[in-house]
Amino acid sequence: MKLLQERTRDRLAGEDLIVRTAVRLLVPFIQLFGLYVIVHGHYSPGGGFQGGVILGSSFILLALAFDLRTSLRFLSVRVNAVLSNVGVLIYTGVALLCALAGGLFLDYSALDRILPLGPVAWRSMGIFLVELGVGIAVMCIMASLFWDLGSGGEMDEGL
Amino acid sequence: MKALAFLATLATGIVLLYGTRDFAAWGDAASPASRHVSPVYIQQAVKQTHVPNIVTAILGDYRGYDTMFETVVIYCAGLAVICVLRRQKT
Repeated sequence: MKLLQERTRDRLAGEDLIVRTAVRLLVPFIQLFGLYVIVHGHYSPGGGFQGGVILGSSFILLALAFDLRTSLRFLSVRVNAVLSNVGVLIYTGVALLCALAGGLFLDYSALDRILPLGPVAWRSMGIFLVELGVGIAVMCIMASLFWDLGSGGEMDEGL
Repeated sequence: MKALAFLATLATGIVLLYGTRDFAAWGDAASPASRHVSPVYIQQAVKQTHVPNIVTAILGDYRGYDTMFETVVIYCAGLAVICVLRRQKT
C-alpha cells in the first residue's frame, strides 16, 4: 500500500494505467462512431458537424489521457492544417463545380451534366460530399483548437 | 458611462421585447412559416433529394449557403486561434 502511494504520488491524474488503457481501447470505436454519424446523416440524426466533433474529440481524448505529443503522433500539425483547408475547399469546390457545370451555386443537380447519375441522385450525393467536407474540417479544427488552447500555443506538453 | 451603457442595453431590450409581440404564437399552424415553407419541405424533400432525413436535406441542400458559411465561421475561429496563440518551434 505504501509502495503504491509512493508510486502514484508524483503522477498526474491522466497518467493512470486504467485511464490510458480505457482510452486506447475506446479511441478506435469513437472514431468509427464519428464516421458512422457523418456517413449515416442521410438516414438518422447526425451529419458533418456532429460527426466531425466526435472525430475531433477522439484526438482530444488522446491528448488528455496521454499527452499532446501522443495526439500529434496520430494527427500531425501539418496534416491537420492541410485537412482543415481541404474540408472547407471540398464544400466550396462542390458548390463552385455546380456553378461551372451550368447550374446555380450549390445546386447539386447540375453535377448531372458532368457524370450522369440523375439529378435527384446527385442532390443526395452532393449533400453527402458536402457533409464529408464539413466533417473533415470540423474534426481538424476542433483538435487544433484544443491543442492551441490547452498548451498555450507551444504544442508541446499540454494539459 | 456605465449608466449610459445600462440605459442603451435597457432600451434595446425593450425594443426587442416589443418586437416579439408581433410574432406568431408558438406552434401556430396558421403562421406564414407553417403555411408556406414547411409543408413544401415536408412534402417535397424526400422526392426532390432522396434523403429520408429531412433535416439533413434542408441543411445540406435547401439551406446550403447557411451550412457553408457555418463551416467557414468554424474555420475562421480555428485560424484566429492559431494566429494568436501558436508559436511552434519548427
